[in-house]
Amino acid sequence: MSSDNTFSLNLKIWRQKGANAEGKLVDYHVDHVSPDMSFLEMIDVLNEQLVRKGEDPIAFDHDCREGICGMCSMMIDGKAHGGYKNTTTCQVHMRLYKNGDTIVVEPFRASAFPIVKDLAVDRSAIDKVMIKGGYISANTGNAQDGNSILIPKPIADEAMDAAACIGCGACVASCPNGSGMLFMGAKISQLALLPQGQPEAPQRALNMVHEHDTLGFGNCTNHAECEATCPKGISIEHIARMNREYIKAAFTYHEKTRSE
Amino acid sequence: MATSAVTHYFRSSIGRKQLVAITGLALCGFLVGHLTGNLLLLVSSDAFNIYAHKLISLGALLYVIEAGLAAVFLVHLGLAMKLNMENMQSKGKYQQKTKTGRGTTFASQTMPYTGVMLLVFLILHLISLKFGTHYETTVDGVVMRDLYRTTIEYFRSPIATAWYVIAMAAAALHTSHGFASAFQTMGWNHGKYFKNVKRLGLIYAIVVGAGFAGISIWCHLKGV
Repeated sequence: MSSDNTFSLNLKIWRQKGANAEGKLVDYHVDHVSPDMSFLEMIDVLNEQLVRKGEDPIAFDHDCREGICGMCSMMIDGKAHGGYKNTTTCQVHMRLYKNGDTIVVEPFRASAFPIVKDLAVDRSAIDKVMIKGGYISANTGNAQDGNSILIPKPIADEAMDAAACIGCGACVASCPNGSGMLFMGAKISQLALLPQGQPEAPQRALNMVHEHDTLGFGNCTNHAECEATCPKGISIEHIARMNREYIKAAFTYHEKTRSE
Repeated sequence: MATSAVTHYFRSSIGRKQLVAITGLALCGFLVGHLTGNLLLLVSSDAFNIYAHKLISLGALLYVIEAGLAAVFLVHLGLAMKLNMENMQSKGKYQQKTKTGRGTTFASQTMPYTGVMLLVFLILHLISLKFGTHYETTVDGVVMRDLYRTTIEYFRSPIATAWYVIAMAAAALHTSHGFASAFQTMGWNHGKYFKNVKRLGLIYAIVVGAGFAGISIWCHLKGV
């Protein structure tokens, strides 16, 4: 293995000791960056250098490192996941950068995502919205024959496009308003498209939107920054479908109680 | 849910946004009517004055229409301001150091500013023209307000004309984002037609902005 083609980078990385501590960008220099490394591996290399010097390594979220878990939340040069089409941070490779480049790395910025430390943020607000209805609770019994519920192919495809959301929060971080509408819209839209999701569609829309609003997410103003950023290429058409689902639910759905 | 779904709607982000969207579209509709009326300035002073006189002659009905228009405007302005103030709180304590907009446009980012400009414009516009100098004229034996003269005299000032052109540029910018954005907010976005909605929004913004600004310039040239 030759390491001839390794290069050096300058980094400006956000350092913040804890949620309420003051934070600032700190300059780092990292050598021996291979073009085959992922962005996260490059930070691993930097962290090894820091540990060897007895310094505190940079905290950052990561898990699968194969583009499907949505953990690797960071803003690279102001863009969530680096801004490459349909790519998460772990799939950004250092071959995209050249010797001597300066890269600014910041955490996801949103009130709904408080900073835990350095680049790691608490994205549990996304789970809290999901808990309010991002699933089907109808008892479906035994597995049915695959053809007993007919779903047209275009509808199935559209639901699948929405289901591709990995809940990474890039939409929230890239939104100038810190709104969670793309992520929430994807789930509401996905389930509203499918017959299995339709019985609970009104409660789902009402409850998820209510939870979203109380968690400190902002209001969507249709910049469509989320759509450009989404590593799964989810369209804002799903936000529009959520808006339709929501207005329909607000004006037609009411829970009847048996106490009368 | 403790509160009813409808109450929830009027407090929610989507519900309030949809009110901003629908009032915005209503105001877009109003501007088309207003611009059509203004075109009568180009026809003749009598044509314009007769049109204005007919509106004034509506009497009580005109007040009802004006009150409705004011209500639509206030709902649009009030809710948009509230939503915008909430959005200013939702990005956390620190501003991002580097920014590279990819979906955002100059128009979408400046919506609150162009909106406030239009509010200032509207107030000055009402003071200087609707409540401006009152002249009288007689057309076909009927005594009526000479709004044509008020308008032409007002636009003699190059500053007033320039301000109108700038304000109409703001209106064009505001509607170039707002028009299609309202459709998206109402849920009227589908791959089949949304590109055309966006195109229509741009055409609307250019026609309305250039229309009003062009008439101001025409009035200025007519008056000097």
